Amino acid sequence: MSAPPKILLLDDDQDLLDLYREILKQLPSRPEIFTSSTGMRALAMLESEPFTLLVCDLNMPRMDGLQVLSIVRRKFPELRTVVLTSVLDEQFRSRAYALGVDLFWQKPSSEREIQQFLQSVESVIGRDGNAGFRGMQSKSLVDIIQLECISRNSTVLRITNGPLTGKVWIQDGEVIDSATDELGGEPAFQRILGWKTGNFESLPAEPGRPRVIMNSYQGLLLESAQAIDEAQGVADGAPANGSDTSHKTATLSRFPGAEFILVLKAGVDQPSEARGLENPQPVADWVKQTLGQFRALGEKLQGGPLQQLQGLGSHRHVALAPRDDLDFCVGWEHNLSAGKISESMKKVLALWGS
Amino acid sequence: MGFLNIFAKSAPAPMMLLPKGSFTVDRDGRVLISTLPQAFPEALVREIADRVLTAFRGAKAAQMPLSELIVRYSSLKLTARELRGGAIIFLVPVTLSGVETSSPEYA
Repeated sequence: MSAPPKILLLDDDQDLLDLYREILKQLPSRPEIFTSSTGMRALAMLESEPFTLLVCDLNMPRMDGLQVLSIVRRKFPELRTVVLTSVLDEQFRSRAYALGVDLFWQKPSSEREIQQFLQSVESVIGRDGNAGFRGMQSKSLVDIIQLECISRNSTVLRITNGPLTGKVWIQDGEVIDSATDELGGEPAFQRILGWKTGNFESLPAEPGRPRVIMNSYQGLLLESAQAIDEAQGVADGAPANGSDTSHKTATLSRFPGAEFILVLKAGVDQPSEARGLENPQPVADWVKQTLGQFRALGEKLQGGPLQQLQGLGSHRHVALAPRDDLDFCVGWEHNLSAGKISESMKKVLALWGS
Repeated sequence: MGFLNIFAKSAPAPMMLLPKGSFTVDRDGRVLISTLPQAFPEALVREIADRVLTAFRGAKAAQMPLSELIVRYSSLKLTARELRGGAIIFLVPVTLSGVETSSPEYA
């Protein structure tokens, strides 16, 4: 029998803590409830033992809820979080979701609202152990395709990985075609199988679609698994020679609309990779200085993490974005709109990570 | 009866609202016009202006002249347009719907 979930309640009002403790005890999963009246103490409790869920007020003295959530997101990324507040400002709701909270709830004031709140919280608690697609717990995309093919099903799988989308057409248990934004056929299938995370959706079959992939599904999966293993081997074994990075940069430099790409590693002055620039160093210096300055500014403004910086010029546009310990700068054709650049930049970063 | 106040719950400090408004600076970073709330710290306005002007000048020095900068934070969008060496700068909180009212793109 699995241990009951543990919920930490954070609110500066002791009466409300007592009230919500009683309310949350009614959850079907019978959680253990812990309480804290200050952000500092809540953080100390989270350090000392694992919790399933943090239910957090926003308006508190000394350390407010947004500050707590910001630290929690960084230090305990797996922890589920629910904001329970009487602050109804849209801006705070937006900022809380930007910090990755799972739910934002106005403090319930009626029996019906309490029941809805309890159902939502139970759903968030249950999500930990039930991650997956269409009830297939812990199943990978390979597993799902195998299941569809072994069952001789006909369907179209639509897979999304952040801004990237792909489709796999299955007809009578065989993979007949595949497509991503830029690729089709087998290359698209291998690209999709390389995505580490994603969501799946099953669409109605398209029986009229011509067969493009002639390989059997077993052969396809085997080849794709080998390609993924090889890529993983490069990533795990030899990051120093940079061959994987060079390959990725070369691929991304061919992204539609991209004129150049520059990849910078944190703490290194020289660009790690550059394509399409005759003299990358001055641009690299500008990128490093500009991202550093606007990151620091964002912290002072409490605007949340810097996601993207775009510069629009009469001859060329440029977009800068951080990802993990790398900074990216991509030059874009000047006829692209700011919205299109933003969308394309997200795809470039997702492709880099896939 | 003031002694009863010791039993009252102390009012929590108000959370800082994200800035919303615009301002214009000249080439030396002096603020010419501003629609930002008066409570928004003046030093922070100057710092924003300084960062923006430095970014424009740095881009020009790198042979990549820019006329507009858009900085997207998760909860805030900053848009700056170059204005004869100075700049006009817009600050707009990002809402969940993604519609950023008062943004120059939508104005």
